[in-house]
Amino acid sequence: MNSLLVIAGMTLREAARRRILWTALGAALMLLAVFAVALRLQVLEFQTRPMSPFVRYQVESGMLMVGLYTCDLLAVVMTILTSIDTLAGEMSSGTIHAIATKPVGRWQIMAGKFLGFVAMVTVYVALTFAATAGVAYWVTGVVPAHPLHGLVLITFECFIALSLTFLCGTWFSTLTNGVVVLGLQGLAFMGGWLEQVSGFSQSAYVVKVGVISSLIMPSESLWRRAAYEMQTPLAGSLSFSPFANVSIPSLSAVGYAAVYLCAIVALAVYRFQRRDL
Amino acid sequence: MTASMIDPSVVIETAGLRKVYGTRVAVQDLTLQVARGEIFGFLGPNGAGKSTSVKMLLGLVRPTAGDARVLGRPLSNVDVRRLIGFLPEEFRFYDWLSAVELVRFHGRLCGMTAERLRTRVPEVLGRVGLADHASQRVRGFSKGMMQRVGLAQAIVHEPEVLFLDEPTSGLDPMGRRMVRDVLRAERERGATVFLNSHFLSEVEVTCDRVAFLKDGAVVMTKDLRTHQNDAIRVVVHAKDVGPLAMSGLEQWAQNVDYGGGELTFTVSSQDQLPDVLRHLVTSGAAVSRFTAEEVSLEDAFVRIMGRDAGL
Repeated sequence: MNSLLVIAGMTLREAARRRILWTALGAALMLLAVFAVALRLQVLEFQTRPMSPFVRYQVESGMLMVGLYTCDLLAVVMTILTSIDTLAGEMSSGTIHAIATKPVGRWQIMAGKFLGFVAMVTVYVALTFAATAGVAYWVTGVVPAHPLHGLVLITFECFIALSLTFLCGTWFSTLTNGVVVLGLQGLAFMGGWLEQVSGFSQSAYVVKVGVISSLIMPSESLWRRAAYEMQTPLAGSLSFSPFANVSIPSLSAVGYAAVYLCAIVALAVYRFQRRDL
Repeated sequence: MTASMIDPSVVIETAGLRKVYGTRVAVQDLTLQVARGEIFGFLGPNGAGKSTSVKMLLGLVRPTAGDARVLGRPLSNVDVRRLIGFLPEEFRFYDWLSAVELVRFHGRLCGMTAERLRTRVPEVLGRVGLADHASQRVRGFSKGMMQRVGLAQAIVHEPEVLFLDEPTSGLDPMGRRMVRDVLRAERERGATVFLNSHFLSEVEVTCDRVAFLKDGAVVMTKDLRTHQNDAIRVVVHAKDVGPLAMSGLEQWAQNVDYGGGELTFTVSSQDQLPDVLRHLVTSGAAVSRFTAEEVSLEDAFVRIMGRDAGL
């Protein structure tokens, strides 16, 4: 257990040094500034003409969801790009040889590294989420409906991406790993949209394709559940967008994602235990 | 499992260890024993399977077949690694760490306490000649300095068995001497050393025993302490060397070659020379000249591996 924590601590330090993390934080700050300016302009615009507080609240809530969606996308991409190298890169460079010959089980190496990234991702998501929600509250006074549910689901979504970079890292090189996991994320995104489309078109086939995509990569359905939890009940029916839900993932979909996460981590450990280094 | 596999004086023992990658055989049949307290040299050209063999012994690579034990325990045993140190061929690690942090991290993975590491880490860094660079980040280290810090992490926990894969590649002559001194000190402490190296002259002065690996199999082991197994190369100028003389030679000689009045072969001991000469004369050969000389490690290597062995 001690060794696992030593590896987790070292991984956290290594991850915190990645340039991509700080680039993502910088990007998040820039987007936050754009978000704040847009919100402020909207508020000023509202002040120039008479408007029902109800409609104003719905529009501002919708804009908050845009900010949170951006925050979610950036967190997932940051998670993938910082972690694709941790196993694949260390195996190809031979760095892993000095660690895997210590009295440490391979599962401990994997779990320690995973924990290190979990800590980093959790802090990153909490910071950017709190900053986005904080800016929205400061400018408009609007807050997400269930912010904690949303925060947990977005963090969970990042863990799904993280587990896949670990699993694919036991198979592929760093670059291939990145392409595969970003590709899966793209599939999830497309699946989410197809389910939205099918909500309008009532097409059973499109629903099936969307559901299968979400089963292969359930990250986007977690975002859509997070959006459902955070937005006002009316907002979902107002528009057609990735942050407003026509088709809302059920709690079973969240349960499936939890089982998926455990299965992917278990498979990654199994692969890492058996493979030659 | 053979009886010797539970013999405490045998630290490393393998029997028919084999590794196949797809259709490529990396290690054909590794069968060897290394005794406690030995510095054991593992020699072979590039691609002979040396690194794969070491990786199998360390549990990094899963053997396709065969059996092996280190300190009496199977390769899958994680706890035994507390007693093992390893310097990979090209040691690399997070380059933003200082030398002290790097060695401390590896010591902690070996279960050492923070208190013990406070004294032990500066001690080993001093032994590998990095005392003045202890707090520097390894990013600025040369290849030789990385090998030194790699050696420090391999010995920090005072292992019983030390595996070193080409420890002196990238080191200058002073660095090579340092490695030699560290290895001898480790042996005096009671450690067993398993050394992969290309530097034959260095192996000759450092190792107690060597094994020659060719095409993934041990083709010869040689004890450098007693010289008992030293090969003697014999050159005989003789006429009338008939089939009787040639077939009779086989009881002593290896690598027999006859042509143009010159007969060459090797024998394993000086003591055999009178019998060989007597046999040649009594079987009808007209011997005009008979010379014998000891074969150096390099000669032995070239003879076993062939002239272009990829050294």
